[in-house]
Amino acid sequence: MAAGERDVSEVVLKGTTVTASEAASRSAVLKRLRLTDTIFHGLTRTAALTVLALLSGVIIALVIGAAPALGTFGFSFFFDETWNPVTEKFGALAPIYGTLVTSAIAMLIAVPVGLMVAFFLTELCPMVLRRPIGIAIELLAGIPSIIYGIWGLFVFAPFLQQHVQPFFIDTFENVPLLSTLFAGPPYGIGMFTAGLILAIMVLPFVTSISRDVFDAVPPVLKEAAYGVGCTTWEVFRYVVLPFTRVGVIGGFMLGLGRALGETMAVTFVIGNAHHVSASLFAPGTTISASIANEFTEAVGDLYTSSLIALGLILFFITFCVLAMARYMLMRLEKRVG
Amino acid sequence: MKFAKIALMATAFALTSWTAVAVDISGAGASFPYPVYTKWADAYKKETGNGLNYQSIGSGGGIKQIKAKTVTFGATDAPLPGKELDESGLAQFPMVMGAIVPVVNIEGVKPGDLTLDGATLAKIYMGEIKSWDDPAIAKLNASIKLPKQAIVPVRRSDGSGTTYNFAYYLAEISPDWKAKVGVNTALQWPVGIGAKGNEGVANNVGQTKGSIGYVEYAYAKQNKLAHTKMINKVGKAVEPNSASFQAAAANADWNSQPGYGVILANQPGDQSWPMTAATWILIYKKPVDAAITAEALKFFAWSFAKGDKMAEELDYVPMPDKVVNDIQKMWSTEIKDAGGKPLFSPTN
Repeated sequence: MAAGERDVSEVVLKGTTVTASEAASRSAVLKRLRLTDTIFHGLTRTAALTVLALLSGVIIALVIGAAPALGTFGFSFFFDETWNPVTEKFGALAPIYGTLVTSAIAMLIAVPVGLMVAFFLTELCPMVLRRPIGIAIELLAGIPSIIYGIWGLFVFAPFLQQHVQPFFIDTFENVPLLSTLFAGPPYGIGMFTAGLILAIMVLPFVTSISRDVFDAVPPVLKEAAYGVGCTTWEVFRYVVLPFTRVGVIGGFMLGLGRALGETMAVTFVIGNAHHVSASLFAPGTTISASIANEFTEAVGDLYTSSLIALGLILFFITFCVLAMARYMLMRLEKRVG
Repeated sequence: MKFAKIALMATAFALTSWTAVAVDISGAGASFPYPVYTKWADAYKKETGNGLNYQSIGSGGGIKQIKAKTVTFGATDAPLPGKELDESGLAQFPMVMGAIVPVVNIEGVKPGDLTLDGATLAKIYMGEIKSWDDPAIAKLNASIKLPKQAIVPVRRSDGSGTTYNFAYYLAEISPDWKAKVGVNTALQWPVGIGAKGNEGVANNVGQTKGSIGYVEYAYAKQNKLAHTKMINKVGKAVEPNSASFQAAAANADWNSQPGYGVILANQPGDQSWPMTAATWILIYKKPVDAAITAEALKFFAWSFAKGDKMAEELDYVPMPDKVVNDIQKMWSTEIKDAGGKPLFSPTN
């Protein structure tokens, strides 16, 4: 308790004339107050502990479920592309690869675009347009993922197949590296399409968090920068971004978390093939898409167990991403402080 | 007093509704026959008041559920082998038949325009035939000009009885397929994009230019997709329709496999559609709850007797009468309650 503040009991008991009955009732009231406090304390603690219990329960269940698969295939489970339900030989390389590649495409597109939108909204946008654009972006976050999936399959994928992908394939035909990345045939469906859909889904997270933190930059800082002759780009790069970096990185991580775990929309457009291909236009699969597709009909213990092992890997990847984010933030803060 | 009366009535009501629920037969499994099972269940409920609750969770799920004894019967598109039936004490019999058809999305190609054979289909799904103007396809289709366009093979991403029957057919025709890919409800596919469920494959083929897929016939029809003709075992090109499905079924020797587990792929006969498939029911020979199993058998008997027209309306093929008699004889000799009394007699 800070100095100068008085304890409740002092206030109550230091009254000038306290009769016996009044004192008794006061102490009863106090007792009741203390009881409420104890209960409240207990409730909050239980709630917090429940989360811990749930988390460890999930981890334990995943480890037990994954044990047969990991025991059978050992370490090679992580580096094997085979996924053969007929011979019951499973490896997680293709889903891990697909998860990382689609999320990387999504972040590569969503981060710069999201930052630009956020900066436009906070600095350059005419007042009348700010609210409509802001609300539109937040609505993007509210669209259920299955809608993105259906739209992706029925509208976006055919468009990509007929117009965008042939263009990429022809243009980069003789460019080394790019010709491998954009090798045909154009299916419309594949890792590239899944990455683009994910980018759209991640965009609102990056944008709205960046916008909120950009708004928190003290105007006097920006005005001072403009005052000494900085361009808008310089203000963005050397004033706004450094001031808000913690919040912005938080937004990235939220977005990345969504991209890694997104299931429905990805399942619709990725092609669900257990292959590791250099070409981004080739069909692939992600961890969550594999589980969603195959779990209900997985026949045999090893098959089911391999899918659970995939879940455990996704859990681990997400955990690593969060841990890395924390670590980066700590480093940044130390350097600044 | 009034309160007591209401409470009594409420209890009585709760009890009656509870017993009404208890008469409901529960089943789970294959999605392939789901439309016809629900149609039968609906008509059966109207006629007898007894309901059937069928969960279309897939063949693998159906097998798991019946083994866990959470349902009265399981349904599967991939028959269990005799050994597994004996070990688990399950009886298996076919309930209805359907057909799998290849569907394509090529500019200017209408339903029935294209003709394929099993060997070509296997090569397409193994990635050996990559373009629609491949000589192997051109040889079968002298009358139409096919574009130089990449083939996009579409297949199931979930485990599926449809995949099982499709792969079984390809393995019959192509030794290469049998050795490299094999037969199961889920496969390691060499090429192509995966989609969930019959409807997923149908949608993907509908949306992707140059694609080919395989679906249960009703899905091809409902989605107005271009099905292909197939060259059958005797070398004749056949259209997929009730006549060619029935022709394939008529030639089957149902008693050649334990639990009637005959796959109807590649049947002989001029008219036979090569990718016809049956779907099976799994039920315990000595059920824990004999009464509900007897109810389920009554429902199946009713469906065999009165469900043919409903099945045909949905493009399924009813089981031939001879086979039905045989199945019902099996029920009366093999499915018994704890005291050894048969749960079904063909006359009732």
